Amino acid sequence: MSTEPVLQIRDLEAWYGESHVLHGMEFDVRAGEVVALIGRNGAGKTTTLRAITGIVKKRAGSVKIDGTEAIKLRSDKIAKLGLGYVPEERGIFATLSVRENLLLPPAVKPNGMTEAQIYELFPRLQERARSQGTKLSGGEQQMLAIARVLRTGARLLLLDEPSEGLAPVIVQHIGRIICSLRDQGFTIVLVEQNFRFAATCADRFVVVEHGKVVDQVASADMDAKSGELAAYLGV
Amino acid sequence: MTSKRSELLLVIAGLVLLLVLPHILYPVFVMKALIAGLFACAFNLMLGYGGLLSFGHAAFFGTAAYAMAHSTKLWGWPFEAGLLLGVAAAAAVGVVMGVLAIRRQGIYFAMITLALSQMLYFLYLQTPFTHGEDGIQSVPRGKALGFIDLSNGLNMYYTLLVVVLAGFWLIWRTVHSPFGQVLKAIRDNEPRATSLGYNVDRYKLLAFILSAALAGLAGALNATVFQLASLNDVTWQHSGEVILMTLLGGVGTILGPVIGGALVVTLQNYLAASGLPVDVVIGLFFIACVLLFRRGLVGEVIAWNERRKGS
Repeated sequence: MSTEPVLQIRDLEAWYGESHVLHGMEFDVRAGEVVALIGRNGAGKTTTLRAITGIVKKRAGSVKIDGTEAIKLRSDKIAKLGLGYVPEERGIFATLSVRENLLLPPAVKPNGMTEAQIYELFPRLQERARSQGTKLSGGEQQMLAIARVLRTGARLLLLDEPSEGLAPVIVQHIGRIICSLRDQGFTIVLVEQNFRFAATCADRFVVVEHGKVVDQVASADMDAKSGELAAYLGV
Repeated sequence: MTSKRSELLLVIAGLVLLLVLPHILYPVFVMKALIAGLFACAFNLMLGYGGLLSFGHAAFFGTAAYAMAHSTKLWGWPFEAGLLLGVAAAAAVGVVMGVLAIRRQGIYFAMITLALSQMLYFLYLQTPFTHGEDGIQSVPRGKALGFIDLSNGLNMYYTLLVVVLAGFWLIWRTVHSPFGQVLKAIRDNEPRATSLGYNVDRYKLLAFILSAALAGLAGALNATVFQLASLNDVTWQHSGEVILMTLLGGVGTILGPVIGGALVVTLQNYLAASGLPVDVVIGLFFIACVLLFRRGLVGEVIAWNERRKGS
């Protein structure tokens, strides 16, 4: 495995209009790692993902994806570097069917999952293939949103709160899928409020506060540091 | 399966109706309605599927009308060549307007397209080849394929029907193609389509050019049928009219704009003879439709049908 990080973030700043949200984020993600960004509401976790993907346009610093500087690139070009983003609101295309949603994304890298592979991972989507995107339950929408980026061939996935608003049994299912993606060699950056969910498959936790990284904890050191983490999260 | 079959039956019934209609109604009137329908359908490609309201579509219609009229009358070009030139000219104007406007959205997009089409209007008012207020008159209809004499009303009608149906078919194909899917995705959620890796501006520009070209097809046909290309075709009122037709019929439906176009033409036609103030009555009709049928006539029928299926 190469030691060059798949995602290298240095001094990343971002703004929503006049409001300065990120104040010099710095962290690395290596190939095959699952990294969870944790922190309180409003700490800048989602904004970090949106700045990496170029959806937040006003940004500065450095974001390197597989060694390519992406800070000045447009969102679609960044996706073509092999990055798949699943936003918190999932962004299912409302007027398209499940299958159309699934087949829509362009191939950004070779060897994206085939439709059959997707259905193997998410049998529920096959059952709902003809349904309209908006008629899905929250859990199904989340599955579709993840499945959709797997089609593109992206190997670096950014998942924003995949467990949010879902029933516990669905959360477990999504958790298993994320673990299985890690086992298949995907690199994953996860934003989570649900610490316990993140703990099931994260290798490392990056603690974000006021738009900065304040701590990084490997999952092996979790037990020793659980008190500190609880303090960061305010739980 | 049954819905597929009923759709097919509907299409066949529509085709039969279009074949016999000129024997029941005045053919020129039906042609006018068909042209309006094609124009509205082309416009709807942009509004209904691209999510962008253009307030300058008359520029494409009028440009193609002038190109058709000038090439067939002064250069003696045959009908088909004039048609192609009209479509190409409209597409070229579409490229220029699209490149300038496509990065904007909502009201800004509408205003830029309006401003550019007004510039073109003043250009056409001044340039000698358009003959200003008089327009290009007595445009020869010529012969389709070299042997179908279009000065005969029915020949003209059936030739126009073929061309218009080809236009509808192209729009239908586009909407149901992968390209159309991406357009719908962009309309539903543009940031998401971008972050999946689509260059959305390029897709919107292509849709805009296609929409312009098809609006041009309607314009070129109009010049042949009425043997006239005039400034009326390029006015902002004409751009507004096509918005009205589309909204009346149903945005984002294939059939809606056709019905809307036919409806507005019918109202104009029959009200003109009645002595009532045409624009006021159409305006009232429009207000009533917006209040009662938000999705447009066809849009309401589709929604009703889905509710019925759901229950």
